[in-house]
Amino acid sequence: MSGANDSYDPKQVAALSADSLDAAVDAALKAFAAAGDLEGLAAVRPAHLGDRAPVLLARRELGALPPAARADAGKRVNAARVAVTDAYAARLAELEAERDARVLAEERVDVTLPWDRAPRGARHPLTTLTDRIADIFVGMGYEVAEGPELEAEWLNFDALNTGPDHPARSLADTFFIAPEDSGLVLRTHTSPVQARTMLERNPPIYVVAPGRVYRTDELDATHTPVFHQVEGLAVDRGLTMAHLRGTLDQLARILFGADARTRWRPHFFPFTEPSAEFDVWFPEHRDGPRWVEWGGCGMVNPRVLVACGIDPEEYTGFAFGMGIERALQFRSAVGDMRDIVEGDVRFTRAFGVDQ
Amino acid sequence: MRVPVRWLAEYVDLPPGTSVEDLDAAFVRLGLTVEEIHRPEEVTGPLVVGRVLEIEELTGFKKPIRYTQVDVGEAEPRGIVCGARNFAAGDAVVVALPGAVLPGGFEIAARTTYDHVSDGMICSVRELGVGEDHTGILVLGSAADAPAPGTPAAQIVGLDDVVFELEVTPDRGYAMSLRGIARDLAGGLRLSWRDPAAVPVPSWTGAPAWEVTVADPDRCDRFSMIAMEGLDPAAPSPWWLRRRLAQSGVRSISLAVDVTNYVMLELGQPMHAFDRDAVRGPIVVRRAREGERLTTLDGADRALTSDDLLITDDTGPIGLAGVMGGATTEIGDGTTTVLLEAAHWEPTGISRAVRRHKLPSEAAKRFERGTDPEVTVAALARAAELLAGYGGARVVGGPVDVDTRTPRPAISFDPLRPARIVGVRYSARQVVELLDAVGCEITAEGELLSVTPPSWRPDLVAPADLVEEVVRLAGYDDIPSLLPTAPPGRGLSEEQRRRRGIGRALAEAGYVEAPSYPFVGTAAFDALGLPDDDPRRDVIVVRNPLSEEEPALRTTLLPGLLATLTRNLARGLRDVELFEEGVVFPGGVRRPAPVPGADRRPDDETLAELLGAVPDQPRHVAVALTGHREPRGWWGPGRPAVWADAIQAARIVAETAGVELSVRAGERAPWHPGRCAELVVGDRVVGYAGELHPRACTALDLPPRTSVMELDVDALPPRKVPVGPHVSTFPPVHMDVALVVPLDQPEANVRAALKAGAGELLEDLRLFDLYTGSPVPEGQKSLAYAMTFRAPDRTLTSEEAGTALAAAVEAAARATRAVLRG
Repeated sequence: MSGANDSYDPKQVAALSADSLDAAVDAALKAFAAAGDLEGLAAVRPAHLGDRAPVLLARRELGALPPAARADAGKRVNAARVAVTDAYAARLAELEAERDARVLAEERVDVTLPWDRAPRGARHPLTTLTDRIADIFVGMGYEVAEGPELEAEWLNFDALNTGPDHPARSLADTFFIAPEDSGLVLRTHTSPVQARTMLERNPPIYVVAPGRVYRTDELDATHTPVFHQVEGLAVDRGLTMAHLRGTLDQLARILFGADARTRWRPHFFPFTEPSAEFDVWFPEHRDGPRWVEWGGCGMVNPRVLVACGIDPEEYTGFAFGMGIERALQFRSAVGDMRDIVEGDVRFTRAFGVDQ
Repeated sequence: MRVPVRWLAEYVDLPPGTSVEDLDAAFVRLGLTVEEIHRPEEVTGPLVVGRVLEIEELTGFKKPIRYTQVDVGEAEPRGIVCGARNFAAGDAVVVALPGAVLPGGFEIAARTTYDHVSDGMICSVRELGVGEDHTGILVLGSAADAPAPGTPAAQIVGLDDVVFELEVTPDRGYAMSLRGIARDLAGGLRLSWRDPAAVPVPSWTGAPAWEVTVADPDRCDRFSMIAMEGLDPAAPSPWWLRRRLAQSGVRSISLAVDVTNYVMLELGQPMHAFDRDAVRGPIVVRRAREGERLTTLDGADRALTSDDLLITDDTGPIGLAGVMGGATTEIGDGTTTVLLEAAHWEPTGISRAVRRHKLPSEAAKRFERGTDPEVTVAALARAAELLAGYGGARVVGGPVDVDTRTPRPAISFDPLRPARIVGVRYSARQVVELLDAVGCEITAEGELLSVTPPSWRPDLVAPADLVEEVVRLAGYDDIPSLLPTAPPGRGLSEEQRRRRGIGRALAEAGYVEAPSYPFVGTAAFDALGLPDDDPRRDVIVVRNPLSEEEPALRTTLLPGLLATLTRNLARGLRDVELFEEGVVFPGGVRRPAPVPGADRRPDDETLAELLGAVPDQPRHVAVALTGHREPRGWWGPGRPAVWADAIQAARIVAETAGVELSVRAGERAPWHPGRCAELVVGDRVVGYAGELHPRACTALDLPPRTSVMELDVDALPPRKVPVGPHVSTFPPVHMDVALVVPLDQPEANVRAALKAGAGELLEDLRLFDLYTGSPVPEGQKSLAYAMTFRAPDRTLTSEEAGTALAAAVEAAARATRAVLRG
């Protein structure tokens, strides 16, 4: 190393000469290019970018130059160093990209392989359809009311204008509970929930009551002794059959599509007067668009209001009820009732966790 | 109720061109549900009336055969072979000539049979497809009263007639007759009609034909009767009457019986014919006395109760009023004198008798819906006319007519009420018109109407009933569609949201929901191995079960759920995980539920007693699983479903419900005594989980190791509002520790001791290995835990974490005799 204040001709300092710098850069570029992989590149790096590399040694010589010459030489040294550094970085990136491409190609997998390690569960379609219907009514401001399946005979019949000798009572195919004077039945419909609600609450009442009900039918392709209904009840000032129709139409549209609507046929229920059965226009029916029988409805019989302590001159009410099995059968094209009740997992899994 | 259209058209002036579809729509609009439309099968080719001229009996064949000469309106009679014997020379019959095709594609051709050429066929009712009768050929009548030979027979036979089968609701008794349906249809279609009950009542004279006393006028407010003599017991019913009965689904028996049935169908008034010669002394209508019995027409000997209303004579009961006649006075083959009865019975009494004696007769069906008390005498007159015309009978003496009816109260009715209830602006005038069409008598009383319903509408008693008539006749299609505005609701209740959450969580954990019927029997409890004194054997019993083997209501979900599991396995499925959520019905001491009146709200005490008599029905959730919980796959072998899955299902339920569940060893049927977990919330046992007892698996034909869980959802306390934890962002210290503990030491205790000992710096603790065998000493097990320590406010040093770990191990050693594994 030379003294700092000596007077030198820069051309005389060999390491700083343009030729020697160019040679160093050239050698570095060649060496980097010759390195075939990352290891090779790492091996040649010290010779060209290490502490003893020519371009770094040249930089130390700058101090030996007179200030006038220093700037010019410094520029050259810097340019050479940058050239070597850049070349190294470029080659490194190139070799890394090559390596990555190779490794990632080696790591390729078959993404179509199944991964069904967790068993697939499902809720029963009766449950999910019931929930769906309940949600529609909750959205309209209704609350979900419930009552016991094993019910007082009075609430299942008498309170609903179906006295002991009423012909409808013998038609109801009731399961009676022992002993004979128990006063209990397995409810034949969800309507006792209406009576319970009216006995417990004051109008305005807007409730929907889904639940399991019982009739003494043997299980076959179209009947089941245990089935499900959804009952709706509204008691308020000024309610009319038009409000009942609006409510059922709304339900039909949400469940069965925008073109769905209801058609009514006069019918008889002891607890409503006037009463109707209603059909729903179901455009998506598997056998083509058609009317499908769905449920019963009507204006709450004033006698039922009276039995539940509500003044029929002040309030009117409407009620409706429909079978969930039936809705499931036509909405989801289920041909045989037994598939709904037998609990075969292949059937239920097809409906998933929600619908 | 079956309605032949041509019969109906005798009373209603149907406009020409009225189609079956028009009638279908009209019936439905009126609330008469059309269950079925019966159309006879098509018959093509020549079908004509024939007159039998000669009968030659052919012998020498396996059965007697007749070779007949039949005039079919042609120049020469045709020779026809016939196997039936119920006809004589001179009778008019129906002949299918060669070229005719009968129902079922039965082609008629001239053919040789029994050594004769048969040039056509004489038809039976069944061959024509208009009824079931095939006991002989159809005889239309004798020569005198039958159509001329060669007359086309299709219409006579009824082949052009359509029969509607209508469902009549319990309130519409009037629609159980052609008369009522004709009136309703005429009202609905605004057509004119003739009332078949408007028959002129003959001026029968003389003393009443029989002595009759009605001792129970509350249950019989009109009793009419006539006597007839000179009935030809052999006289057949005319074809047109038999045809109408057949179309209506009523079997033809004899003229007297056929006529009473016919009048019932026509006018809705059921009648009864007694063999007058068998009636002894005066007739009394009264309740049954203790110990009385009656053999009814169906041959059943019936014990009577004091609620049974009877027709009696000096011998005792001769008929169960309105339901069925007695055998002793039945019309027989030789009956020539009859007493015809037409009465009006109180409907609920009939209803009770029908239920008590399980006798749902056609007559009772009408009486329990309510008949028209006005028509008793008209019905007698109509029957007398037919019996005179076809059976040669004549009325003797005057009619009996015990009539104690009181005038029907009028209904005070606001003519604007229908508009208020229905939401359609019916004018007062329209309301009056429609009620008039129903048959009501209406007088104005200021703003209100005084409406007296017609005698045939006992169902119309309150304003609401009149509203229904208005909207029914005006048409339901007019009702607009409006949405009411409900007040803001509170959404789903806590329990409802919890129940949904549980179902969804179990489904997402791989369980398939399988609701089952709640009916069980002792066999199910035996299979589960429940001890004799197990409270789950204390059941509520159904009086009229579908199966005598399963008369009780479930007290546990397991029998139904395991039956579903078995069913799935029987169908070849192997990996099955099921859950069910539903109520159970524990037994226990019960009081009868009172049955108060329904004319007002029951008083609070009665209501409380009523509601209190309904047993608690707690909601349970259960799972059952067998096979592989995780299937084998390209990732490796599968994992069989085990006891721990069942317990984990309980944890899923508890977590979803937002309650803390602890698990400890328990013992309860039907679980394996060494693999049964008691599920505890707070200090309450809410259920059990684990592996089924091997004996239960055997008894239920389930694979070994089948595991189940059942818990009482209603026993879970309400969810507490969760408190958000402080989330520290300082770095954690991870440490593992292995402890050796006695084999019978529950892991939960070790874990609890570690947690307690480690203090607040412990963030997470996880058992990652369980090991027994060398070098762990016999009778011991090694538990390895991964522990995460973290401070809320600073970077934790490993020294601090080490101190906490040491404290944890120290606590575990104290509580569980755990030794740090070297």
